[in-house]
Amino acid sequence: MGRKTENIRKAVQIMATPQYIRNIGTAAHIDHGKTTFSDNLIAGAGMMSEDLAGKQRMLDFDEQESARGITINAANASMVHKYGGKEYLINLIDTPGHVDFGGDVTRAMRALDGVFILACAVEGIMPQTETVIRQALKERVRPLLFINKVDRMINELQVTPQMMMDKFVKIVTEFNRRINEILPAPLNKEWQVNIEQGTVAFGSAYRNWAVSVPYMKKSGISFKEVYEYCNADNEKELAKKSPLHEVALQMVIEHVPDPLQAQKYRIKNIWKGDLDSKIGKSMLSCDPKGDVSLMINKIVMDPHAGEVAIGRLFSGTVVKGQILHISGMPTPQRVQTVSLSVGADRIAVESCAAGNIVSVTGLKDAIAGSTVSTLQDMEPFERMAHYSEPVVTKAIEAKHMKDLPKLVEVLRTLAKADPSLSVEINNETGEHLLSGMGELHLEITEYRITNEQGVEVVSSPPIVVYQEGVKKANANPFEGKSPNKHNRFYFLVEPLEEGVVEAIHKGEIDPDAKIRDEKAMAKMLAELGMDKDDASGITAFKNTNVLLDCTKGIQYLHETMELVKQAFDEAMVRGPLAAEKCSGVKVKLMDAKLHEDTIHRGPAQVIPAVRDGIYGAMCQAQRILLEPMQKTFISVPQDYMGDAISLVNQRRGTIIEMGQEDVNATVEAECPVSEMFGFASAVRGATQGRALWSTENSGFQQIPAELQDKTVREIRVRKGMNPEPYDEKYYAGA
Amino acid sequence: MAKGLVFVGLGLSGIGGMTVDGLEALRACDRIYAEFYTSKLIDTDLSELAEAIGKELTPVTREQVEEGRFIVLEAKKSRVGFVAAGDTMAATTHLDLRIQAAEEGVPIEIHHGISVFSAVPSALGLQPYKFGRTVTLPFLEDGYHPRSPYDNILENKLRGLHSMVLLDIREDESRYMTAKQALEWLFEGEVKWQGGLINDDTLVCVASNVGSRSERLTAGYAGEMLKRRDLGDPLSTLVLPGTLHFMEAYSLVTFAGAPEELID
Ligand SMILES: Nc1nc2c(ncn2[C@@H]2O[C@H](COP(=O)(O)OP(=O)(O)OP(=O)(O)O)[C@@H](O)[C@H]2O)c(=O)[nH]1
Ligand SMILES: [Mg+2]
Repeated sequence: MGRKTENIRKAVQIMATPQYIRNIGTAAHIDHGKTTFSDNLIAGAGMMSEDLAGKQRMLDFDEQESARGITINAANASMVHKYGGKEYLINLIDTPGHVDFGGDVTRAMRALDGVFILACAVEGIMPQTETVIRQALKERVRPLLFINKVDRMINELQVTPQMMMDKFVKIVTEFNRRINEILPAPLNKEWQVNIEQGTVAFGSAYRNWAVSVPYMKKSGISFKEVYEYCNADNEKELAKKSPLHEVALQMVIEHVPDPLQAQKYRIKNIWKGDLDSKIGKSMLSCDPKGDVSLMINKIVMDPHAGEVAIGRLFSGTVVKGQILHISGMPTPQRVQTVSLSVGADRIAVESCAAGNIVSVTGLKDAIAGSTVSTLQDMEPFERMAHYSEPVVTKAIEAKHMKDLPKLVEVLRTLAKADPSLSVEINNETGEHLLSGMGELHLEITEYRITNEQGVEVVSSPPIVVYQEGVKKANANPFEGKSPNKHNRFYFLVEPLEEGVVEAIHKGEIDPDAKIRDEKAMAKMLAELGMDKDDASGITAFKNTNVLLDCTKGIQYLHETMELVKQAFDEAMVRGPLAAEKCSGVKVKLMDAKLHEDTIHRGPAQVIPAVRDGIYGAMCQAQRILLEPMQKTFISVPQDYMGDAISLVNQRRGTIIEMGQEDVNATVEAECPVSEMFGFASAVRGATQGRALWSTENSGFQQIPAELQDKTVREIRVRKGMNPEPYDEKYYAGA
Repeated sequence: MAKGLVFVGLGLSGIGGMTVDGLEALRACDRIYAEFYTSKLIDTDLSELAEAIGKELTPVTREQVEEGRFIVLEAKKSRVGFVAAGDTMAATTHLDLRIQAAEEGVPIEIHHGISVFSAVPSALGLQPYKFGRTVTLPFLEDGYHPRSPYDNILENKLRGLHSMVLLDIREDESRYMTAKQALEWLFEGEVKWQGGLINDDTLVCVASNVGSRSERLTAGYAGEMLKRRDLGDPLSTLVLPGTLHFMEAYSLVTFAGAPEELID
């Protein structure tokens, strides 16, 4: 029996006693050591030799992950650890740090009850660190702090013990400040991390050691000795006396709630159904005998097993052969296998009980975010809001004719497994659009298509995804006419209130959900700054755009409204300037005149009338093109500061802040994504490889007016459209 | 009139369905456009028509007519005919074309055609004064499930008025709603909206291909009518009678085979 199988055999025994289960993860800024840290836990459970721990990075088992040295996919490992004479089942998810894969972090959080936030001792709290703290807290996942790469700080930066302690305190303070700001009381105080209590630890994942105040009581190793061991280059011994996995394990067992405790407060945050219902109670008590309630957080494409759905089981027991319903899908499906994962390996089990993270095959219709249940009509879990807008696109087509159908199939599967990827299939031209979170995201997807799926493709260089909006409000309602001229719709458009756009970005408003309670939604919009009367007409959302019905008592409008919504959707997905998505547009239907007879106001009449009405109103309200922006953080030795700044300036960047971090100078700037292609080699060249830098997508901004016309023309030509966009006269049908 | 736009309704069937004046007016045209997407020609076709008139006919699609401008522009320079089945200004409504022409100062001639609006009441022997709003039942489409036809028929009924119910025609897809589909439409509406408009015992009439060689008139209780296979082919019109005058009841029994018990 292999070590992994042996481990799972033990896991099965513990699985049904939730007091002995912990669901934890790692999350951090890129490269801060999450996967290296995870190695330590896996080795501590006896599934890897201790010598390899920190070097093998077992959870980066994907070929592209090991080739590039970064994590791309969140990966799971279930393992059994001994603590205080008892055995515990730890379900671990190691998440990626690269911003392109941020969606996986959000989705992993749903499955967890506690998370190690790692912070590199040298770099400290980085923008992405703040993002993951936010993601954890939103899902009510308790964060623990692990300050990593302490060896580097001591050896490379040659800090004094006092400087080291000061730096630690600074990181802890900054960490707690975020928790305080993000969480409501009293949780914001209860979840502060504290060195004395052991919710913070320090160490080196690479060298396999760590220290925490409670563990010092056992090991007798204090900060002072850590400093000495490192200076004496004797970290091996340190790792024996104070091994990372034991320190981390103590933190987990003592401070991460078990599923019984966690589900008591987490369920109401992630599920809006009736808590007094049978399934509600069953989830609150993590009942293995209840109905199955499984929340899928990740789909993995396995070359042999096909689609594997991985998720957190909040209630019931999943059994091989069971029939389960997938939210929003008509046909129930049969569970083919149930397994626990240890990195690339999945080890089959007969069943898995509530409170665990489990892998299931057979659920063909499931996607990341699906609610799976034995009940046919279970209220689905809240959407996992990772509001991510794709910023780059590539056009791809099959290299060989024979692969045309296969490519479509492959694209569909990839899109299903990766919710951050947006795929537009065009069967007519065979040229499909692949949009994603960044250059790397697309590069890896393309690699998968070619190397893993065996379809050779030709692709365009990456291009930026633009959005369209309006500058102001149009003065008088614009009239859109139906082709038969018997129906007319009148529209006003204007920029949508910032507060509403932000609420959609933060996931407080889900634009894809059906509006269940219009009054409550209207009230919320009014609170976010929208005029009360306008808000009461709330009819539909599309991305960050809204449709408001400001009419009163128009005969037959009611039965025409679905068509108006369809046309609004279409207009918002393909804007009038360059057929890019609209964002932040408020569309108000002010009046409508309809033909008496149903036949003369069907879809063929209403949809063009509404679309032209909205487009025309947008022309009057001055159309603007928005481009994606990126925050760029650069840290360089003082001497190279000037070079870094001129690099930013060449790329239409704006400097937001300049500062000093230890011996390095830091620059925070905002640049258009379109100017950032090839930035990596440019900085390397300009600073002789001395710059540390990272980026973060920071939303869309209006493109400088002098560039708009030219850019619009370029996009239109690329899309095979007439270079000039239509004007208001055209949409008036004059 | 040497220039201008001449509207001619072709009436209900054949080449003899239009007025003699209409036929003469068309013979004097330089060019004739024919529109059949809102209704179709019964018992004849384009080439037979062309032969009778002695001129080619150019069929136009809905988009072309809706765009419309080219017809008006041509009518500024020459005499242009525009024909449609039935009446060009009734159910098919080419009013927009007429207004555009008037705005451009193009002379207009209208030759009215016989329309189901008058032929159906006449055929069934129902008094035209007693009809309420006419409605059309559309084929249901994604996002378009209008309820107003149901409501309007119900409103007529509550006021004791007859309802003429036109049925959707999709000439471009060769889809014509049958009387049976129309009855099902109403029964499904009843399940959804429960207004008490129709049940198995509701009297309904079907007029199929009115004014043509294959005209067929039937009347009976809805439950029975649904099972019958002899309601005639499309194009059909459905009538839901309101309160019947005794003469109307006699007519329905005599001309449409309604149950005898209607009389007394
Ligand atoms: N000196 C030192 N290097 C470390 C330590 N932990 C990790 N590293 C190194 O940092 C690099 C990144 O480590 P990973 O574990 O892949 O980091 P990660 O956070 O998982 O990275 P992503 O998943 O791509 O965001 C590797 O070269 C590690 O060997 C540490 O404690 N000390
Ligand atoms: Mg990693």
